[in-house]
Amino acid sequence: MNAFFAVVARDLRLAFRRKAEVLSGLFFFVVVAALFPLAIGPEAVTLRHIGPGVLWVGALLASMLTLPRLFENDWRDGSLEHLVLSPHPLGLLVLGKILAHWLVSGLPLVALAPLLGLQFDLPSDALGMLALSLLLGTPVLSCIGAIGAALTLGVRGGGVLIALLVLPLFVPVLVFGAGAVEALSSGLGAQAHVSILLAMLLPAVFFSPWACSAALRIALE
Amino acid sequence: MTMRWFYYAAPQTFYGLAGRLWPWLAALALALTLAGLWVGFALAPADAQQGEGYRIIFVHVPVSWMSMVIYLAMAFWAVLGLTFNTRLSGMMTRALAPTGAMFAFLSLWTGALWGKPMWGTWWVWDARLTSELILFFLYLGYIALTSAIDDVRRADRAGALIAIVGAINVPIIYFSVKWWNTLHQGASVSLTRSPSMAQLMLWGMLLMALAMWVYTLAIVCYRVRTLIIERERHTDWVQALPEVAGAKA
Amino acid sequence: MRWESWSEFWFMGGYGLYVWGSMGMTALLLPLEMVQARLAHGRALALARAEKALENS
Repeated sequence: MNAFFAVVARDLRLAFRRKAEVLSGLFFFVVVAALFPLAIGPEAVTLRHIGPGVLWVGALLASMLTLPRLFENDWRDGSLEHLVLSPHPLGLLVLGKILAHWLVSGLPLVALAPLLGLQFDLPSDALGMLALSLLLGTPVLSCIGAIGAALTLGVRGGGVLIALLVLPLFVPVLVFGAGAVEALSSGLGAQAHVSILLAMLLPAVFFSPWACSAALRIALE
Repeated sequence: MTMRWFYYAAPQTFYGLAGRLWPWLAALALALTLAGLWVGFALAPADAQQGEGYRIIFVHVPVSWMSMVIYLAMAFWAVLGLTFNTRLSGMMTRALAPTGAMFAFLSLWTGALWGKPMWGTWWVWDARLTSELILFFLYLGYIALTSAIDDVRRADRAGALIAIVGAINVPIIYFSVKWWNTLHQGASVSLTRSPSMAQLMLWGMLLMALAMWVYTLAIVCYRVRTLIIERERHTDWVQALPEVAGAKA
Repeated sequence: MRWESWSEFWFMGGYGLYVWGSMGMTALLLPLEMVQARLAHGRALALARAEKALENS
């Protein structure tokens, strides 16, 4: 367990040293959220309608931006091999890296989204559900995205390739995440959506480290 | 029985087997296609609601089925490849992918052409078409990943992993898209609702589906032979092949 | 035989564009795929022959 926390702490420390990388993902989110009203028009009715979807897609793309760096830097300086060869279960260490990635790239989106939601004239209960759905959904994005990052380690065209691999797999999270906000707004209630998001989160957290370990070993041998 | 399988798992033996098989499979596929088209276009009656337009199902349903069957086959060979580390498994998965992607594209194309006269728009976000679109993306992802990695073994294994992850996700994706679709569209005409299909319509469809399946077997056999030559070209047995040694096969 | 004439067959009850658009794309892509497979096979054989030439040289 100590190894797990050590990896999390290390990755967090490294991320804080490279604040620009982290912040650029967040700024991307802000910019994308601003682009849609500019493209579609400022009518509040329309914006309220597209808001949850736009913010969810923006969060999805923003969290994907930082995926290539999840394993790449460690791979470049050789510390990834140390992780793989260490006596600790690789899955646990990978989970630590995924957690650190989410804390730095996903959680800030959860905090930022309600603020951006105000730009879309979303009511406060919708903002709350938006934050909740992102809170449950962004970890899943980190988990699934990590698999893509591990598979494409050192491959040319990495960032776009990860997107191509991973975006189709994100669809269920997107559907239920954005759907939760819309269900709440239309009065249908979002319990089912939230339950399903939880039901996706738990297997993702268990399955992803295992798949990532396999992918890393494939990439490193 | 297991000995037999491992015997054919060697590229050299499979090369010979596939070489003997594919011409017959191709001929069979052609015969089935002609039979299916005959039944579908010459014998089957017009549909009560959709008139002659329904005849698109004679390609749409077979290619849709195949796009899904092929992905499952890819996942099967992927699991086999990662478990037993056989070279042939990786080649099978790679050989299947382009055909699967093509069928997925055809499914979307014919689906759109079917949808336009029936529903008035070239694209409908119905659950099945949308899932098919995502399946198409999964195929493209596999092809992109395996093409981008230079080391053949690594590419095979990475591709196998993404194929398996994709296969696990397909039911989840389908379920979520179905949910999403019913929420937004309400009751809508399903592309495959055909409660009482005339016998001949069903036969036409089945013949075409079988034809596509046999075609896939043929082309995969052929493609794996190509991959074997590419990858094993430095071995003695490949160099000794008549096609390579000089005498034109 | 269901069809009275060839023109009726092509017209397909008004759905001609859609039915033949579908059949046509299928009839285009499948042979294309076969051609592509054949060409790839040829390239592989050429590679193998080049390998042999390299060995012998």
